[in-house]
Amino acid sequence: MSTPAFTLIGFGPEGWGKLLLLAAGLTLVAAVCSFALGSLLGAAGAALKLASSRSLRGIGTFYTTVFRGIPEILVVYLFYFGGSLALTRLMHLAGFPGFFSLPSFIIGVVAIGLVSGAYQTEAYRSACLRLERGQIEAGKACGMSTFILLWRVIAPQTLRFALPALGNIWQSVLKETALLSIIGLVELLRQSTIASGATRQPLLFYGVAALLYLVMGQITALGIRTVEKRLARSWGR
Amino acid sequence: MDWPFLFATAKTLLMGVPLTLRLAATSLCAGFVLAVGIAALAGSRFAPARWIAALYVMLFQGTPLLVQIFIVYYGFGQIDFLRASFAWPFLQQPYWCAILALSLNTSAYGAEIIRGAIAAVPEREIEAARAIGMSGLRLRRRIIWPQALQYGLANYGNEAILLLKATSLASVITLMDVTGLAYRLVSKTYRSEEIFTVAGLIYLALTFVIATGVHLLERRLTPCRRV
Repeated sequence: MSTPAFTLIGFGPEGWGKLLLLAAGLTLVAAVCSFALGSLLGAAGAALKLASSRSLRGIGTFYTTVFRGIPEILVVYLFYFGGSLALTRLMHLAGFPGFFSLPSFIIGVVAIGLVSGAYQTEAYRSACLRLERGQIEAGKACGMSTFILLWRVIAPQTLRFALPALGNIWQSVLKETALLSIIGLVELLRQSTIASGATRQPLLFYGVAALLYLVMGQITALGIRTVEKRLARSWGR
Repeated sequence: MDWPFLFATAKTLLMGVPLTLRLAATSLCAGFVLAVGIAALAGSRFAPARWIAALYVMLFQGTPLLVQIFIVYYGFGQIDFLRASFAWPFLQQPYWCAILALSLNTSAYGAEIIRGAIAAVPEREIEAARAIGMSGLRLRRRIIWPQALQYGLANYGNEAILLLKATSLASVITLMDVTGLAYRLVSKTYRSEEIFTVAGLIYLALTFVIATGVHLLERRLTPCRRV
């Protein structure tokens, strides 16, 4: 007699509920870290693409073209295999024999972060282009330094303009973390695979995983919409 | 640079291109048909139909494609009526599982694009058409669809590129597309940088071809907006 579904996903001794929730937490942490890294890269990428020097713009365009044009899974694989090989070579040079590998969490965050950075570059760039030139000139005329100008005039407006696009990028980052399951990080999808292997109930556990992804996505989307509304209010004149 | 190895790698990986393209093209077509249906539901005057469409879009856009692929590939075997149905010989093969998951996934995004494109057709043109007595299919065929096609084409082209990239996930359920072949080659030779770079270049080239194709098609379809 097989165990009923509710016991399996519950929190009892036979239940996988606690492990699944923990894994969902790891998914969320990985997504937040990737998104944060992507924000830094995106800001840098946007600065490159908006630079006056042609070669800097070229670097920015190269970055966004490559990381938006190739599948995320290839990027993850490249860092998974390549990262460990590079580290091993480096350690050999430093005189440590043997094989070294990076934690899959770090590899995953770097890979997903790089991809999301390419998309965030576009979001920040197009938001920056919507800024009124007059405001920047006015700021300069008031004697604002570049940093103050960036902090008081450029950044707040860019963020507000970019927010809807950033919200979409966040949703894809959250879903892309599922790719980390194939490099062995025990996040939500991997944990569901383990559970469905142990219980032979793939439909149940992948269904629960899908539901948890959905819930995480919807709740964060609600939060982003609230922030968007609040920011729009201060502009509503 | 080890050019002979790079050429040998490119030759091996290019053998996966037909499968990658077949997955993308089949899912794009099947997904488009589904998307039209979902968009029709979403535009319906009957509220429950709209809810169903919204739920469908939310389900497929809100969960990772990999989870959807796993549900189809590993999970559907548990459903008895599916095992008994005519579809089972197909659903036993990873190829058809990938097609099904990709089609369902892309149809949710496609439905949103179609809905947006239809909504972008100016209301006054529809009113004008009604005023001179057009309605039903003729109104759609002459006024709504041609314009929606112009508005939606670029977005659908983007979706096609995303779909092409998404087909790489089929390698996780043992399909030997470009990514699958690259993975197998890496586990044999451990020359990951070169192999994945070549694979990446192949995808970039395919993306470029699609983007150019869509761009040309768009130019052809929108002679009025050409500068």
